[in-house]
Amino acid sequence: MLVARRELAAYVNTYWGWTIIFVALLLDGLFFQALALTTTAQYSADVLSKFFFYTGGVALGIGVFVTMRLFAEERQTGTMVLLESSPLSDRQLVLGKYLSAMMFMGLVHVLTLYMPAMIFVNGKIGYAQIAVGYLGVMLMCSAGVAMGTWASSISRNQILAAAIGGVLVLLFVFCHWLAKLTDSPFKELFSSAAFYAKQFAPFEDGRINTENVVYFVSVTFGFLLLATQSLTARRWE
Amino acid sequence: MISVEGLTHYYGNRRAVENLGFTIAENEIVGFLGLNGAGKSTTLKILAGLIIPTAGSVKIDGTDLIAANADFRSAIGYLPEDPPLYKEMTVYEFLLYVGQLKGRSADAVVARMPHVLKVCQIEHMQHRVIAELSHGYKKRVGIAQAIIHQPRLVILDEPISGLDPRQIVEMRQVVRDLGKECTVLISSHILGEIAETCDRVLVLKNGQIDAIGGVAELSAAATAKGGTRLTFQLRGTPELVTSALKSVSAAIKVAIEPDGEGLVKLHVALSEDQREKVVAALVTAGVGVRRMVEDDSELENVFLGLTQGATA
Repeated sequence: MLVARRELAAYVNTYWGWTIIFVALLLDGLFFQALALTTTAQYSADVLSKFFFYTGGVALGIGVFVTMRLFAEERQTGTMVLLESSPLSDRQLVLGKYLSAMMFMGLVHVLTLYMPAMIFVNGKIGYAQIAVGYLGVMLMCSAGVAMGTWASSISRNQILAAAIGGVLVLLFVFCHWLAKLTDSPFKELFSSAAFYAKQFAPFEDGRINTENVVYFVSVTFGFLLLATQSLTARRWE
Repeated sequence: MISVEGLTHYYGNRRAVENLGFTIAENEIVGFLGLNGAGKSTTLKILAGLIIPTAGSVKIDGTDLIAANADFRSAIGYLPEDPPLYKEMTVYEFLLYVGQLKGRSADAVVARMPHVLKVCQIEHMQHRVIAELSHGYKKRVGIAQAIIHQPRLVILDEPISGLDPRQIVEMRQVVRDLGKECTVLISSHILGEIAETCDRVLVLKNGQIDAIGGVAELSAAATAKGGTRLTFQLRGTPELVTSALKSVSAAIKVAIEPDGEGLVKLHVALSEDQREKVVAALVTAGVGVRRMVEDDSELENVFLGLTQGATA
């Protein structure tokens, strides 16, 4: 938790962290105003569903910029040696960094609560749909943050980390398109791996499926494991 | 306390160090000396637990550093050439964080803080943001982070590089004080510094140990290897000087450069101390000897003598 606390403090004590928060809230607000709150009559549940659709996308996008600095910045500034020479294991280091990014993402999403609250006050939706929607956003966010953590762990600079993380996230977001271009078994593989089209959609509507939760947890675990391995591998250079 | 055996490390196909073996006693201050690429930093990184060697063992108080778990790193403090600092933090906040990162409780770090600030002479800087400090003070904060958790072994890679003469003198005292409470390993290019602060010197050449010992011992070894170096100011032509030195069998390296009207400067390395023969040969050949000095840095002689033939 020590690493996570310092990292979180570094986010909120710098312009970088507040810039990300500002951009995230601006995009969320714009999408909510322009695309979710249309002039045509629609059910409150549909408005909320659209809100989570756009918020999820924004979360994945800013996740790339939040995670790019985790290890790459430490390497750029030469402070990685403090972590590598500490008694913390590589697993603890990765977990600390991941948790800091997730806490920051959690903070960003707490600040978006006013939008579902508006729908709740003016329409007919339940607490559960809001809670499940946010659970989905955070689960998808967790998978994206884990990818970014891995990208940062293998990169010497933040731009490269952002590029690798960004490509990876886009691949998982749009892999249902790849499914349309390929034959079995890749068709099924790409189709089931798609973040939005397959795994996140039920959360938008307030439904929790175990398979979706397991998928996001598995992707998170897999990429955090890769990040741990890449840190360990550097000791064998 | 520290026992190194058969330490070998390769970066890909390139050999960094090979078959290093040495022991270091508790509270000893040992200097690592060598040209760039000699393997100093690699050796120190292995000792700090940052990289795992290709072969060999490092034991600290009988515990194998390579096989030990990560907890063991709390016994080691490490300062790389560029101090690793979170520049947005104050000195106090940074040391408190690093102390906890190295496995000490916040209370223990706070209790030790005054001593560390005093040893590193940064008490008056403790509430300053690190980004605002001068290079010299950043180095001191770097040393402070290496000792804040009370390690048994402190490794300082080029601790005085980039410091001005006054800061070097102060840093010398800091290193001496460190030696009272833990074992200290230092690498430095400033050879006089090694002589001033270290109990023993370990000379690395092409990834291997070339010599270990006190400065006096190594000086004798260097002389045996051709460590006597003289500089002359002469009146005569380079051709005349070269011709005169042909009769001195001990002159293994000769360099002549112009030094004003009718004068030349001669640098000569002797395999044994035959300075009288050199002067006699020059005078006999009609060369005017205006001045002769032995290269003044004793350790520099040692260094140059021992590293002859090394590929930098």
